[in-house]
Amino acid sequence: MYAQVVEGSGKGAKATEDMTPEERAFQQKIDSGQKIEPKEWMPDGYRKTLIRQISQHAHSEVVGQLPEGNWITRAPTLERKAILLAKVQDEAGHGLYLYGAAETLGISRDEMYEQLHSGKAKYSSIFNYPTLNWADIGAIGWLVDGAAIMNQVALQRTSYGPYSRAMIRICKEESFHQRQGYDIMMKMCNGTEAQKAMAQDAMNRFWWPALMMFGPPDADSVHSAESMAWKIKINTNDELRQKFVDQTVPQAEYLGLTIPDENLAWNEEKGSYDFTDPDWDEFFQVISGNGPCNADRMRARVRAWDDGEWFRDGLSAYAEKHSAGNTNQGVENV
Amino acid sequence: MKADSDLFEFLLRMGDNTLVLGHRVSEWCGHSPVLEEDIALANVALDLIGQTRMWLDFAGDVEGKGRDADALAFRRDVWDFRNILLVERPNGNFGDTLMRQFLFDAWYHAILSRLAGSSDDRIAAIAAKAVKEAAYHLERSADLVVRLGDGTTESHAKMQAALDDFWPYTGEMFAADTIDTSLTSRGVIPNLAEVRDEWDETVNRVLADATLEIPDGTYQHKGGKQGTHTEHLGHILTEMQFLQRAYPDASW
Ligand SMILES: [Fe+2]
Ligand SMILES: [Fe+2]
Repeated sequence: MYAQVVEGSGKGAKATEDMTPEERAFQQKIDSGQKIEPKEWMPDGYRKTLIRQISQHAHSEVVGQLPEGNWITRAPTLERKAILLAKVQDEAGHGLYLYGAAETLGISRDEMYEQLHSGKAKYSSIFNYPTLNWADIGAIGWLVDGAAIMNQVALQRTSYGPYSRAMIRICKEESFHQRQGYDIMMKMCNGTEAQKAMAQDAMNRFWWPALMMFGPPDADSVHSAESMAWKIKINTNDELRQKFVDQTVPQAEYLGLTIPDENLAWNEEKGSYDFTDPDWDEFFQVISGNGPCNADRMRARVRAWDDGEWFRDGLSAYAEKHSAGNTNQGVENV
Repeated sequence: MKADSDLFEFLLRMGDNTLVLGHRVSEWCGHSPVLEEDIALANVALDLIGQTRMWLDFAGDVEGKGRDADALAFRRDVWDFRNILLVERPNGNFGDTLMRQFLFDAWYHAILSRLAGSSDDRIAAIAAKAVKEAAYHLERSADLVVRLGDGTTESHAKMQAALDDFWPYTGEMFAADTIDTSLTSRGVIPNLAEVRDEWDETVNRVLADATLEIPDGTYQHKGGKQGTHTEHLGHILTEMQFLQRAYPDASW
């Protein structure tokens, strides 16, 4: 998912008897499936955790443009170029919806950018892996968007109204993302020996990072209980990871790709696959800035922002000069 | 039947313009100054790539050698490209990109609105579809040129520098050669002098609103329409054609 390690208040879920009357009413509302809207009272921890989670998610969409953008100018046909452009454009749009949802909680987009650029705010570890061959674009749509969908479909039911509505809009677009990725993989796997080799290479490199997208194992995920009580988180990390593996293995078999896990096996008793846990040391290294592309991704984002300052300032200055008498000159572009 | 080589050349000129400019615009993906611009530029690139497919597929049909838009886009070398030099100029800063876009949009919209009445039905149909997209692109690029030209001292200076840079590459859009004049006399394409009048009108109006000054110099570069390009096009093709060149037997 795009928000993998969201710190909560650190206190865990509160027992009902420890709640203030306000908190109790709030929790009852959530339990009965009602949405929380921006103007309503909410616990401070709920607000803060949500801001962290939604902004992480937004940053992931924005940084996520970079690994795929890396292949737009090298897409092999005009149709593939158009599809990839449309896909990456959608991701930028998702970033917009999500920043908008976070802003309803009292933080500005500029503040969120600052947190991203200073390294304070995180984004999904997956986007710190490089796209090295064209099949990576297929693997991202198939595996990465596939994993994201799993999480986002659940989050349509999240308790915070604006977040839930953003997820509903986003999910409508995501299935196209996964399909175009799988379609690329099909072409590659039915193609020449070189194309098959690219596809397997992409599979080998993206399998483990895709599993890591769901976040650390539940046992190590200290903030889960509170977020689940607040319905900010709907499923546990391990539940979603299992679901993802169960869904993906038959698809990989259909493609004729080998999943790089010797221990992968169907478990009759469980009714699901057994698989090896990803390397969590690697995960925490990537999350803390040491992934293969962290520095490049951040440099690209910070540079885009810094180089664009004169542009944003220019638009604001024009809007200010012309604000009297013409209401249509707003800086809605900024 | 002998292929209509004038028509083929003209269609390459149109398709190569949108292909190369679409490529340049798409280089911004994920790197623009605000998220809204990432989205808007992706939109422009998408439109241009979509139009490329229409122009070049038609070119391939006219040529009659079984080449489709992909074969033309990914398997020709520099000297076979017919785009104007303006669209292959590097992106520069965001203001450069917007200025190049505006100068192109003003021409492209003017020619498309006339091509919609072409004696060639297929050109008329492509132009009728493309002109709606071009109208939107022009509205957007003109608007931003005005805002940035009349924004801060810095944004004004950047836009003026961009205009000075690109100005010598605008004349090629209207420089009619024998292919143009022959197609004009057949009613396939408009008289380029007429297109120039509309372009002048648009450009003068927008640049005045933007408080920018048209450069004095009259020298204009040429050659792209006939296949003599700047050094930049080779690098664009190296990148764009990589997969098709490296794996010629593959289908994607
Ligand atoms: Fe997305
Ligand atoms: Fe997506």
